[in-house]
Amino acid sequence: MTINHTLFIPLFILAGLTFVYSCYQRLQLVAVGSGEERFDNPAARLAGTFAYAFGQKRVLARPYGVNHFFLFWAFMFLLVANVAFLLEGLFPGVSLSALPAPLYHALELIFDLVSLVALASVAVAFVRRLFFPPAYLENDYTKARSGEALLILAMIAVLMLAFFILNGARIALGAEGSWQPISAIFAGLLAGNAPATLGSVASGAWWVHAVMLLVFLNLLPRSKHMHILTAIPNCYFRSLEKPNVQPRETFEKGARYGVNQVEQFTWKDLFDSLTCTECGRCQDLCPAHNTGKPLNPRRIVHDIKQNLLDNGEALKASHHGATPLIGNGGEGSITEEALWSCTTCGACLSVCPVLIEHMPKIVKMRRYLVEEKAKFPEELLNLFENMEQRSNPWGIAPSERSKWSTQLGDRSFKAGETEYLFFVGCAGAFDSRNKHVTVALATLLDKAGVTWGILGKDEKCCGDSVRRLGNEFVFDTMARENVAMFKERGVTKIVTQCPHCFSTLKNDYRQYGLEVEVLHHSQLIAQLVRDGKLKATKATQLGKVVFHDSCYLGRHNDTFDAPRQVITAATGKAPGEFGRNRESAFCCGAGGGRMWMEEQTGTRINLERVKEALQQKPDTLCVSCPYCMTMLEDGLKDEGADGVRVRDIAELMAESLRADG
Amino acid sequence: MLVISCIKQVPDTTQVKIDPVTNTLVREGIPFIINPYDTHALEESLNLKDRFGLRAVALSMGPPNTEATLRKAAALGVDEAILLSDRAFGGADTLSTSKVISAAIERLNDQEEVGIVFCGKQTIDGDTAQVGPGIATRLGYTQLTLVDRIESLDLVKKRIRVRRKLEGRHEIVEAPLPVMITVVRELNRPRYPTVPMRLMALETEIKVWDNSVLKLDANTVGLKGSPTWVSKIFSPERDKGEIIGDGINDPVGTANLLIDKMLDKDLLAV
Ligand SMILES: Cc1cc2nc3c(=O)[nH]c(=O)nc-3n(C[C@H](O)[C@H](O)[C@H](O)COP(=O)(O)OP(=O)(O)OC[C@H]3O[C@@H](n4cnc5c(N)ncnc54)[C@H](O)[C@@H]3O)c2cc1C
Ligand code: SF4
Ligand code: SF4
Ligand code: SF4
Repeated sequence: MTINHTLFIPLFILAGLTFVYSCYQRLQLVAVGSGEERFDNPAARLAGTFAYAFGQKRVLARPYGVNHFFLFWAFMFLLVANVAFLLEGLFPGVSLSALPAPLYHALELIFDLVSLVALASVAVAFVRRLFFPPAYLENDYTKARSGEALLILAMIAVLMLAFFILNGARIALGAEGSWQPISAIFAGLLAGNAPATLGSVASGAWWVHAVMLLVFLNLLPRSKHMHILTAIPNCYFRSLEKPNVQPRETFEKGARYGVNQVEQFTWKDLFDSLTCTECGRCQDLCPAHNTGKPLNPRRIVHDIKQNLLDNGEALKASHHGATPLIGNGGEGSITEEALWSCTTCGACLSVCPVLIEHMPKIVKMRRYLVEEKAKFPEELLNLFENMEQRSNPWGIAPSERSKWSTQLGDRSFKAGETEYLFFVGCAGAFDSRNKHVTVALATLLDKAGVTWGILGKDEKCCGDSVRRLGNEFVFDTMARENVAMFKERGVTKIVTQCPHCFSTLKNDYRQYGLEVEVLHHSQLIAQLVRDGKLKATKATQLGKVVFHDSCYLGRHNDTFDAPRQVITAATGKAPGEFGRNRESAFCCGAGGGRMWMEEQTGTRINLERVKEALQQKPDTLCVSCPYCMTMLEDGLKDEGADGVRVRDIAELMAESLRADG
Repeated sequence: MLVISCIKQVPDTTQVKIDPVTNTLVREGIPFIINPYDTHALEESLNLKDRFGLRAVALSMGPPNTEATLRKAAALGVDEAILLSDRAFGGADTLSTSKVISAAIERLNDQEEVGIVFCGKQTIDGDTAQVGPGIATRLGYTQLTLVDRIESLDLVKKRIRVRRKLEGRHEIVEAPLPVMITVVRELNRPRYPTVPMRLMALETEIKVWDNSVLKLDANTVGLKGSPTWVSKIFSPERDKGEIIGDGINDPVGTANLLIDKMLDKDLLAV
């Protein structure tokens, strides 16, 4: 068989140019985004790329992901095989067979086996898509795109088959076949044909393979399979910060706030949108989507991409998109209600295999609504004014902040005398249920001999809710005031009893230069238990204890074990678990400022979580967050499950110490 | 045509305590806010600006730190913010407060016709509800109090029709401009400032008119021009409540008793 180089060379040049041009067009669109530093710390970036892209860490977290793992690595090897294939087509006489024999044979064997793996993976994917689609692939959105997915799968299958037929024919024509066991099988099937026939079969297969390869290449930048090109760089450029920390804004005349035009996103935001594989993992875990809200993180990413493509020409001409992002919710537009539905729970972030950052984009669009348009659900007006005037969500007088501690005497924080600043938080100081947690924690610290003090009426809200709601202007003022006060008072260690305060003080305030030790009470109590400073005999009255992970403690701060250790210490056995727990825990519905908003569309998130809890037949639900406490208690009441208690880990520990006598 | 809102800076009364010894307000360290009713007066002036293209002016009489309150008004979108401040105005009661504000309105009217003056129903610190009517009387404007809806405004015929919120009923009235309107909270939902507007407001000029501008007889304003004096401020003793009926064994009878009691005391409108 001979290859018709004169026909292939111009074809290749044409296909190559159109491919490069399509990629260039896409990258040009990415370049309209604003600047963002994602080139620092190459060592950490490379390490992440190995884990997430080459190790397929997130992909493998799902049982079915192993199929993609094989396909990914098959592609990696076949990349080499196909480059060799193309070179063979372009330059007469060039062939891998020129390599030293052992190496050549090894490659032959690898390519042959790997092609089989790819073919098998494709077959599995085909069957799954057609006959066993998981719930998150079973909706109108994905169905509309199923054709494309199946087409790509079919093309990969054809490529593999053509490869086998080509090599089979070559072997049948007398080429050495012992290093290509699969192709040899095909050779067996072809054996007995006249050499001329075999020659035409070989060149036919060669051309099918060649044309398919060039078409495939050109489809990539125009489909969701763009991720084959962008996923690896997207993993490299991932956020090294905790992604729940949104970037700061500078407030100066003439500046614009938040995002409503696609070009106001950063280049990385736009790159994200081109990288989405439409796998649906994010939507599968999203509490808003699961309870019938019009928010779907995958749609958010897709609409950004669609808007970018729709505005492409206008953007290139004027650097200004014609159609805004926030609108009626058609393709390429996102509704306000969708944006307000996000609890910022971070489930989407933690599950996306290609490390797309959905939630920060949602907050950026909220910023536009709040800061540029002053447009938000009615309930928030009170919240914002209370925050600005009295620095707490309820608008209660700051002088009431230390009321819970009146029986404990003067517990002011004094640098040098008190080790920890106990940052009580608004819920811990004002909410009557949560004050019990505050007192429980204070008692525990006293028992363990830890010195602590509070700021009393000078404590201000940490600003978590306003920041996640997009009111960065007010957050900025709060953060600056708080950080200045911590510095002035000589604070070096902080303990909080609220994951939202904890995460904000620990992660967000770093942007404001606060570099002190911040602990969530679960961490401090666990440490005191380890050090033998808190010893509990078992509290027996609590029955079966099931632990609910707080998103801001768990997913956002990787603290999964500390609260469980506290429960184990207090009850003598490990807590029961929700069906969805740890990284996959389902939010209670209060995060992202949703605590202060009505929930009118669909079913209620807290009820969904409470129903999930009741499946475990608990006597006590254990939480580590004041908002979770409120949400679960309310949910239990609504479900009529009054027999089930909700307890904070600090209360559990304090009760077990009392049981001690 | 001008639409004016009179806004007063008041201490955040949820945070104010009365000193039990001296019987005076403990004002130290208490933040100031815009009198809550006045935020609705301000909002309505901005609504009319948006809908009819009127020029919105905010007026406030008070010490120099009142500037902060007027800046908030500027961030919400008023075209002009004027602070009426002079040593001579200090210690004013409602009579002399309305005198100073009226003089300022007259002065504004010399430059551009005033159509509507909005005041809050009352303040949360003085609580007299007298300043608005005082202004109307001095200027000879029609006074429309306790308004919870603007029904219509006809700038050609110069007439306004509003709904007043009264005990148990509403009243729709119409009047020729100019009018002084006092507003209740149901009238509207105050807007929230955008960031660009907040930043702009930082640079907005807040005009200060002192008595060299208003040229009032110093003996008729401020403390000297105030016939009312505060002799004592105190927290009223509260009567102990009483337990009526037997709610556990006779809930219906007890509820009836309670209703009768409330009717007796005129606490329920029938
Ligand atoms: C007897 C007496 C003595 C007083 N002595 C003093 C004193 O020594 N020192 C002191 O600081 N205060 C003093 N005050 C308080 C001060 O006089 C009143 O607060 C002021 O006159 C307004 O009355 P008011 O608060 O009851 O307003 P209201 O009549 O309840 O207010 C109605 C509306 O008028 C408008 N308005 C009222 N005041 C102003 C203003 N200043 N600027 C712009 N608009 C306004 C607002 O729209 C407000 O909603 C005294 C009050 C009284 C009754
Ligand atoms: S952060 Fe949570 S609520 Fe928001 S989009 Fe992601 S999964 Fe949904
Ligand atoms: S955003 Fe990530 S998780 Fe969601 S569909 Fe796209 S690739 Fe999958
Ligand atoms: S309240 Fe608790 S579960 Fe709910 S968002 Fe916050 S941390 Fe998550």
